[in-house]
Amino acid sequence: MSLLDLTIAGAAAGLRARDFTAAALTQAHLDAIETLNPKLNAFVTVTPDLARTQAAAADAALARGEAGPLAGIPLAIKDLFCTEGVRTTAGSRILGNFVPPYESTITAQLRRDGAVFLGKANMDEFAMGSSNMTSAWGAVENPWRRRQDRDAALVPGGSSGGSASAVAARMALGATGTDTGGSIRQPASFCGIAGMKPTYGRCSRWGVVAFASSLDQAGPFARSVEDCAILLRSMAGHDPKDSTSADRPVPDFAAACARGVRSLRIGVPREYRVDGMAGEIDALWAQGVAWLRDAGAEIVEVSLPHTKYALATYYIVAPAEASSNLARYDGVRFGLRADGADLTELYERTRAEGFGDEVKRRVLIGTYVLSAGYYDAYYLRAQKIRALILRDFTDAFSKCDALLTPATPTAAFAQGDRMDDPVTMYLNDVFTVPANMAGIPGMSVPAGLDAQGLPLGLQVLGRPFDEEGVFAVAAAIERAAGFSERPALLAGADA
Amino acid sequence: MALDPATIRRIARLARIRVGDAEVARLQAELNGIMGWIEQLNEVDVSGVAPLTGAAQMALKMREDVVTEGGDPAPILANAPARSGDYFTVPKVVE
Amino acid sequence: MSYSVAGESGAWEVVIGLEVHAQIISAAKLFSGAATGFGAAPNSQVSFVDAGFPGMLPVINRECVAQAVRTGLGLAARINLVSRFDRKNYFYADLPAGYQISQYEQPIVGAGAVSIELADGTTKDIGVTRLHIEQDAGKSLHDQDPILSLIDLNRSGVALMEIVSEPDLRSPEEAGAYLRKLRSILRYLGTCDGNMEEGSLRADVNVSVRRPGETFRTRCEVKNVNSIRFVMQAIEAEARRQVTVWEEGNTVEQETRLYDPGRGATRSMRSKEDAHDYRYFPDPDLLPLVLDADWVEDLRAGLPELPDAKRARLMREHGLPAYDAGVLVAEQAIADFFETVARGRDAKLAANWMIGDFFAALNRTGTTIETSPVSADRLGALLDLIADGTINGRIAKEVLEAMVETGEAPAAIIEQRGLRQVTDTGAIDAAVASVLAANADKLAEYRSGKEKLFGFFVGQVMKAMAGKGNPALVNEALRRGLGAPGA
Ligand SMILES: [Mg+2]
Ligand SMILES: [Zn+2]
Repeated sequence: MSLLDLTIAGAAAGLRARDFTAAALTQAHLDAIETLNPKLNAFVTVTPDLARTQAAAADAALARGEAGPLAGIPLAIKDLFCTEGVRTTAGSRILGNFVPPYESTITAQLRRDGAVFLGKANMDEFAMGSSNMTSAWGAVENPWRRRQDRDAALVPGGSSGGSASAVAARMALGATGTDTGGSIRQPASFCGIAGMKPTYGRCSRWGVVAFASSLDQAGPFARSVEDCAILLRSMAGHDPKDSTSADRPVPDFAAACARGVRSLRIGVPREYRVDGMAGEIDALWAQGVAWLRDAGAEIVEVSLPHTKYALATYYIVAPAEASSNLARYDGVRFGLRADGADLTELYERTRAEGFGDEVKRRVLIGTYVLSAGYYDAYYLRAQKIRALILRDFTDAFSKCDALLTPATPTAAFAQGDRMDDPVTMYLNDVFTVPANMAGIPGMSVPAGLDAQGLPLGLQVLGRPFDEEGVFAVAAAIERAAGFSERPALLAGADA
Repeated sequence: MALDPATIRRIARLARIRVGDAEVARLQAELNGIMGWIEQLNEVDVSGVAPLTGAAQMALKMREDVVTEGGDPAPILANAPARSGDYFTVPKVVE
Repeated sequence: MSYSVAGESGAWEVVIGLEVHAQIISAAKLFSGAATGFGAAPNSQVSFVDAGFPGMLPVINRECVAQAVRTGLGLAARINLVSRFDRKNYFYADLPAGYQISQYEQPIVGAGAVSIELADGTTKDIGVTRLHIEQDAGKSLHDQDPILSLIDLNRSGVALMEIVSEPDLRSPEEAGAYLRKLRSILRYLGTCDGNMEEGSLRADVNVSVRRPGETFRTRCEVKNVNSIRFVMQAIEAEARRQVTVWEEGNTVEQETRLYDPGRGATRSMRSKEDAHDYRYFPDPDLLPLVLDADWVEDLRAGLPELPDAKRARLMREHGLPAYDAGVLVAEQAIADFFETVARGRDAKLAANWMIGDFFAALNRTGTTIETSPVSADRLGALLDLIADGTINGRIAKEVLEAMVETGEAPAAIIEQRGLRQVTDTGAIDAAVASVLAANADKLAEYRSGKEKLFGFFVGQVMKAMAGKGNPALVNEALRRGLGAPGA
């Protein structure tokens, strides 16, 4: 079996058994990137020297028997995570030349545990997007293809599109992502891999370029639920440098994957059956319910009445916070700077040249909804509806232990589709946004293919800080689905 | 409440983003589309509901009054697009 | 009595409210671990948080919160156990993040009051609307380069208390008294050093004028005035300007202005021209600030005695007149010095000597209470030597002079210079006899009824004794020698 097809758990075992070295495992992935990345554009920066150095260190640690849990595991790092000495752009021209003098808490913890960083993954600009079409460094391709139309390039989803595409195409064993409204779960679903958004506060936001501070949460991508659990254990933990970081112990998430769902109550929220949803998605959802019932779970119908308002609420809260978070990109201390006769002109030109259209749209919406006379009508009202959305989930979790929903209303679409109207693009996140509004953990797990042969994911939502419950349910679905299909574009595949 | 070109220009200036006339027209259409879609929120009865500011439900932790950072201008200025000695620089501001 | 601006059309009343920005005394900044010291090399006290770098997050400094609570307690204000931080959004070169973290809707301290003394000796309570915690901005240097402004972020993120007064002030004098009193309270509390030259205390002055009996008219905010004298001048200048505007039939526009001490006038602030829309909203990087009531009580228990209480005590315990007590408590250092001198001694005598000869000596030598050449213990020792009759009051003044010049102890000076007072009646009688002999004419006048010459004879005898005669014994001996007047 090719080194590129390993799971993280399998690779860790192989490295400890000396079946292969970290150096070899890393080189295999660097070669894969060299052949496939020019096509998929999943990485904006590749760091072969850093990767080889880290791999050598991992081999040494393995030899000494002091290897960390992720020793020698090659990962892709979303370009939203600040990495000391390695260019970090957030997918934006305005940070095109920014080299952080500091390392984000999460990547520092991954390094602590021995991980190897292959490079920085492409993404929608400032994590604003659901197709990875808004990156200043070009679109990312989804390695999957429609059976009928194998030439049409599909989007990997977004905003963590590069991370998802890289893992799906076997250019990395795992990746970091961030999820503000679905930016981990939606691309995971589009690319046929697993992706987990933990509870808000579970992973530190320190050193992660902010989009919407009250919604942003980092999490892992991998090709198995257990691998996501392994990565999350290294990423999670209290960070005194982040005032919103939760001071709780980090459990052994991987152990929860084997728990099973016997006697668990799984809630099925009726409001997630939206009109215009593809019939096969409805069918897959029903299939997922059946799998869990067969695995011993009790199925209960629950109601989340404010679900339909979550997306519009999100498009007030997230842009409002973003309009303020992105004010620091002004051409004075770092990043792009355009000339101006006076300070205001310098600001206006720098930000006009540095930001792409979607970022400008959201910054302007955010500025508008916070501006004098509109705050109460928009921002304050949105915060109240956000409270109602949280209340919906709290009520639901009094009747069940976890929720099962579709991850996305459709499978991956073609590059260039849904670009004419922003709102159509926003609708991609209709199933994922509510979890961010409530701060609860959610995971997308591949469950099957649609008629076109494209992967579809199911979403598992859990109680705050019950990632273990989410992993247990997702792993049960994974076992039942036995999803083994592979994308058309595959590193190491002789084709 | 539809956004007119003057409003687009006003918020663009507040956000310090230069917009050309053609852009104003495009933005007006796009933002009105989005804001129109957002109007659905007026259906929701929020009377007596306390606003939820963030997803973290805990009290603010405080840190001790100890100097742990700073001391070296170099890393602070390392990415500066323009500087004079150890100062950042901008076009002269008249107060 | 009350202040007013005389216009063409009659008298105008002035309404003043002050927003004081007081830099909190702390080692590190409000939300970062960078140092706060004044005058460091440019950008040498800056963390990535203070410079608004991507992904940086604020973590609040407990001591800064404690200092704000102490100040609130010192202003007899309500402490809000739950407060919140909001972002005030605006673009400026020395505001790295593009927003200032402040407290808008829910400040940590609510309503309080500051009591000021007026010229006529009466006191007036000035309402404090609120006190909130916020970040300071960096520093823009506009005069270092012909075409550039230079940015130093050392001050960026330093903790400030914004203390907002009610529009209760009615004259430049009241505004000055309010600022002096507030600064004195902050210094007693140790929450702000009150140093206006270094900018650790800055005032925004809100001024409007009105006809007596009218409700408020439009106010203007004169920003960042950095001395009490300038605050008083700025109020006068701005009030006169507004009176002229109104009387010429125009209306005063609400705006931000700057005071130019050189021209003694205020001018509109160019950089603030385009009206601000700050888009305040709760900072999602921070959670509500919840204070433990017991912690607040511990802080209350640790508060020092404040000027008003100390003044009342000095009047009560030592029977000092209100004015003297006021002078002695105005500065903590003076109050401490006085209490050391007065301990176990005649407090009234101590107060007179401090306010009189001692302060005069400080002025003459250009020294302060902190750099005084005479310690409190030495001044006390001098008073003891008066009390036990070693020297008399007149000689004591001479001794104090010598103490200031030589820095020596009073006893030593008295011995070296042989200044002990003479109580030997023989010596005194001899001196009296020689004076009477030398002034036969005056003696005749006295005896013929010119009683007030008694003082002249006392002076002559003291002179003859080099000022060292015991005043009581000298008087007694003279009466005997002179005999009854008119006899
Ligand atoms: Mg002000
Ligand atoms: Zn302020």
